[in-house]
Amino acid sequence: MSIRAISVHEVAQKLIRKEPMFILDVRNTDQFQDWKIEGAGIQHLNVPYFDLLDGVEEILEQLPPEEIVVVCAKEGSSIMVAELLSEQGRRAAYMEGGMKAWSEHLVPLKVGDLRHGGELYQFVRLGKGCLSYMAVSGGEAVVVDATRMIHVYTDFARNLNVNITHVVDTHLHADHISGGRAIAQETGAEYWLPAEDAQDVAFAYEKLGHGTEIKLGSGEVSIKALYSPGHTIGSTSLVIDDQYLFSGDILFIDSIGRPDLAGEAGSWAMDLRETLYKRYRDLAEQLIVLPSHFMIMDELNEDGTVAKKLGELFLENHGLNLEKEAFVTMVSQNLPPQPNAYQDIRNTNMGKMSPDHEAQREMEIGPNRCAVR
Amino acid sequence: MEKLTFDMKLDAKGLACPMPIVRTKKVMKELKAGQVLEVEATDPGSTADMKAWAEGIGHQYLGTLQEQGVLKHYLRKASEEESAERSFAAVCDHSELEQRLKSGEPMVIVDVREPAEFAFGHIPGAVSMPLGELEIRLSELDPQQPTYVICRSGLRSDLAAQALSNAGFQQVINVVPGMKDWNGVTEDIKA
Repeated sequence: MSIRAISVHEVAQKLIRKEPMFILDVRNTDQFQDWKIEGAGIQHLNVPYFDLLDGVEEILEQLPPEEIVVVCAKEGSSIMVAELLSEQGRRAAYMEGGMKAWSEHLVPLKVGDLRHGGELYQFVRLGKGCLSYMAVSGGEAVVVDATRMIHVYTDFARNLNVNITHVVDTHLHADHISGGRAIAQETGAEYWLPAEDAQDVAFAYEKLGHGTEIKLGSGEVSIKALYSPGHTIGSTSLVIDDQYLFSGDILFIDSIGRPDLAGEAGSWAMDLRETLYKRYRDLAEQLIVLPSHFMIMDELNEDGTVAKKLGELFLENHGLNLEKEAFVTMVSQNLPPQPNAYQDIRNTNMGKMSPDHEAQREMEIGPNRCAVR
Repeated sequence: MEKLTFDMKLDAKGLACPMPIVRTKKVMKELKAGQVLEVEATDPGSTADMKAWAEGIGHQYLGTLQEQGVLKHYLRKASEEESAERSFAAVCDHSELEQRLKSGEPMVIVDVREPAEFAFGHIPGAVSMPLGELEIRLSELDPQQPTYVICRSGLRSDLAAQALSNAGFQQVINVVPGMKDWNGVTEDIKA
């Protein structure tokens, strides 16, 4: 029996459709426990490839008769193990590009139409839990919180026959390398970044501040900036077309942002409180919240998008329903581990470091870890 | 940087996973128990995998050095020492050794593990003298000084303590258990 390659695209589609899938993850146990492919239909078995060098006989009875998707860090070991399974008469596939490709895969989904004409798209990075956006109106597009896979956005815009005119980062990211500046350079778009987060950056940018307004196309669709510190000192939310709220890393569906990734948990906790319990309270409850991350697959809607009305989050999100003391404790103590290489990622996003492509991939391994629950 | 000695070397540069471990596994079979292997690799994932593989199979993962983009992993082949029995009578435990160190009384700690083991973590001030070199290097030590002998588990140091005692050293103490359970201060090659 020959083995087949399964693309990360196919894995992503199965995941969103909640189809059953059996994954044999052959990375070492620490890596598996730190970060893996997760979803409602997925069953896992983790056996490191180096324990299978002499054969897979010992694990055969733990495997179902259905197709087994073998996953490793890059691909090489999963091919070896899939071939061993195939020799034993099992149906086996290996995931092309491994977890590195999984980390880079983006699924574009339409969130909805804009009232004043145009559409809004969400790019779901399933492997890392990162969300980025493109709003399109009147032949122009704005990209928000772009990943470093910039050609996904530029190709998408080309297919829609629109020009990217604005690129925005809601804050200085610590979990992933921003593609914002690179997209702006390639397309000639304006690159916006909150000035408070950009004090040490080594490049020119447009200052995004409270009240900044960006218009798309003939100007009917506007994006208004709302200063909302707490995850970082400069974190800024965007309200687009009075309909959607880009909440950045401040508010997620089932959790809230953490204030410590720039080493300021204590002093930023009250900023975060003020943003979530006052500034956001003053906004219309009908706004649909579009965060820049998700942490668990349960945060995805049936169609794979991650979006929910602000009013519903006020009722359901634990982080929005805490007394002050409990809130401060939650956001400043018992925090989850910090994202992989987060200092280097911040320095890269500030333009102080220019790691090569392979180094960037290594830096981004693992989940985003930007939330506290 | 000081050079680490090893018994065999494997060049796995440019190889992608799983090949560095596949090759290492093969070469390990040619090593004698207790010998040290240096593996040169460029796959950044090889460090974590080498450690997990070695520990799972019972070999010692000593550590990894990085030099100009090349990772040098040091491994020591599993030996029978765990099952052997100690026979040297004078022993002390870690808290006793730490007290002696604190007291400032003249003494010497002789670490009889392989140089690569020593390099990745030893008690500050300890003298590195691998068991196999002990006999020819005895003259470097003072037979009148209290001599604490340590290895990884307490067994190589047991043999070393017997040899020192037979050579006329006045006060020889075997530290049991060895460095594998040491929680005190250490120095290593990276420091």
